[in-house]
Amino acid sequence: MAVDVLIVDDSAAIRKILQRVLMQAEVALGKIYEAGDGVEALESLKTNKVGLILSDINMPNMDGLQFLGRLKASSEWKSVPVVMITTEGSQQKVMEAVQLGAAGYVRKPFTAEQIKDKLVGLI
Amino acid sequence: MTVEEIFDMTGVSVRETFSTMLNLEVERGSAYIEQGAHASKDGVVALVGLAGKWMGTGAISCSSELACKLASIMLMTEYPAVHDDVLDAFGELCNMIIGGFKTRLEHTTGPMGLSLPTVVFGRNFTTRSLAKSHWNVVPFHVLGHPFEVHVCLTQGPEDGPRLRQSFSSLISVSH
Repeated sequence: MAVDVLIVDDSAAIRKILQRVLMQAEVALGKIYEAGDGVEALESLKTNKVGLILSDINMPNMDGLQFLGRLKASSEWKSVPVVMITTEGSQQKVMEAVQLGAAGYVRKPFTAEQIKDKLVGLI
Repeated sequence: MTVEEIFDMTGVSVRETFSTMLNLEVERGSAYIEQGAHASKDGVVALVGLAGKWMGTGAISCSSELACKLASIMLMTEYPAVHDDVLDAFGELCNMIIGGFKTRLEHTTGPMGLSLPTVVFGRNFTTRSLAKSHWNVVPFHVLGHPFEVHVCLTQGPEDGPRLRQSFSSLISVSH
């Protein structure tokens, strides 16, 4: 069954690259939605049912960790896997993301293979 | 933390970002210290603020032509002239390079915050930091063009991370 994906990143360039990586990955992919920050992402989720979220951390308005916290506190969205893809490589941020319930963590710069590896078992 | 360590961490982060995101090799030149503002220049500059027990700014700069080439490779789309996508891609490259530098730096300085990138494109502008510190400059050559990374660091206040420095980088334009 095809899975719809939401990409959350304030950089249009990164959203475009991740979209390309997802389309090249050998996974059953449905629609790909995009959001520029956590606020836009929550808005998008009101109308789009997704099975996977890829999210940056450093974003304006609502950052990726705040967004993750909101998702995991929601009965509707807490089971959706969220992979953090970010320049934040510090142990502190990784631990925070894991404690909040992130399903994976990829540090930028990333290779297409690193992203695909994280998708195994999630899609 | 020595200046050589800052130069080396910068070099490793640039190599990692270029090889991973662009599949490009870079050639590093001789790093040096620059006092005060950069000389007036043309092209594209992206800046990211760093904050924590140490504070500062990281910047990358190059010609518009090289910025277009890098964005074209990164996004697999031809950009003959500077466009929003080029500036966005350049800002993200800065984020990754300075973010990688910050991750390495944190082994010495402890946790640091990273601001969102700011990108400037224009002619005859200078950048300077109000921190009154010097810039550590690491030049590179890629695709036949110069590409520079500038890092300015100064010891911050004791009261924890703030993104104050992100507001203290000035860009002035001469007409």
